[in-house]
Amino acid sequence: MLIDSIFFYVFALLTLGGAIFTITRRNAIHSAISLIVSLLGVAGLYLLQHAEFLFAVQIVLYVGGIMVLFLFVIMLVNLDQAAKERQFNRQWMVGLAAVAAVGAEIAYFFYHGGSDSFQFGETVAPASTIGNTEAVADVLFSQYLLPFEIASILLLVAVVGSVVMAKKRI
Amino acid sequence: MHPITTVHYLALSAALLLIGTVGVLTRRNIVIILMSIELILNAVNINLVAFSHAIGEVHGQIFAIFVIVDAVAEAAVGLGILIALFRNKETVLADEIDLLKW
Repeated sequence: MLIDSIFFYVFALLTLGGAIFTITRRNAIHSAISLIVSLLGVAGLYLLQHAEFLFAVQIVLYVGGIMVLFLFVIMLVNLDQAAKERQFNRQWMVGLAAVAAVGAEIAYFFYHGGSDSFQFGETVAPASTIGNTEAVADVLFSQYLLPFEIASILLLVAVVGSVVMAKKRI
Repeated sequence: MHPITTVHYLALSAALLLIGTVGVLTRRNIVIILMSIELILNAVNINLVAFSHAIGEVHGQIFAIFVIVDAVAEAAVGLGILIALFRNKETVLADEIDLLKW
């Protein structure tokens, strides 16, 4: 159990540290690299919670797909001019105040919520005979078949839409 | 050292959500605003997987997969819009795109 705690804190540090570097760096490439570190930390958290399929999806899809897309776009658009200017907008005080209010609210409910709000301990999942990927596939392709197909249509629309957006003349 | 419970994951997820919200609200660079949205979606996913693990079912992980699909579609369309915007306005700063303001 101790090794689990150590791994949790290491991955939490990677996640939060990467996230903070992502939103504070001036250079967008540095932000993207920090975001990759943060996403890898989240992937480690999935592995700690025995969600092995999501761990693989997180690395293949996020780190391998979305972040490569981000790096492509960063290199396509010229960010040198933007890096020399102010990085934070004029409303950053209001933004920070709003986020601090929401954070205080969340913290209040963590510590003083209803007496039975966060009382669930860690239930040990029953030792199943099938693996995580098989369990996910069983549920995904039986109970969630219609949402799965709708998601495929959504991806098709996104592909067509991004091509239409990025192309000079249709 | 306390064992890691679901509440630890919820606190981490709340912190990641707040960091992402700060990024969306305060940065000027649209690329970094899109990255902050990815952070927010990841916070949601941590929550879903934590509850899925606590309950002992995989439905939360299915929803996390759908959230990832949404994140992919959002990033693709958002970056396509950004490229079209840069071609027309030569800027990636969100508060310089004020064509409708007069």
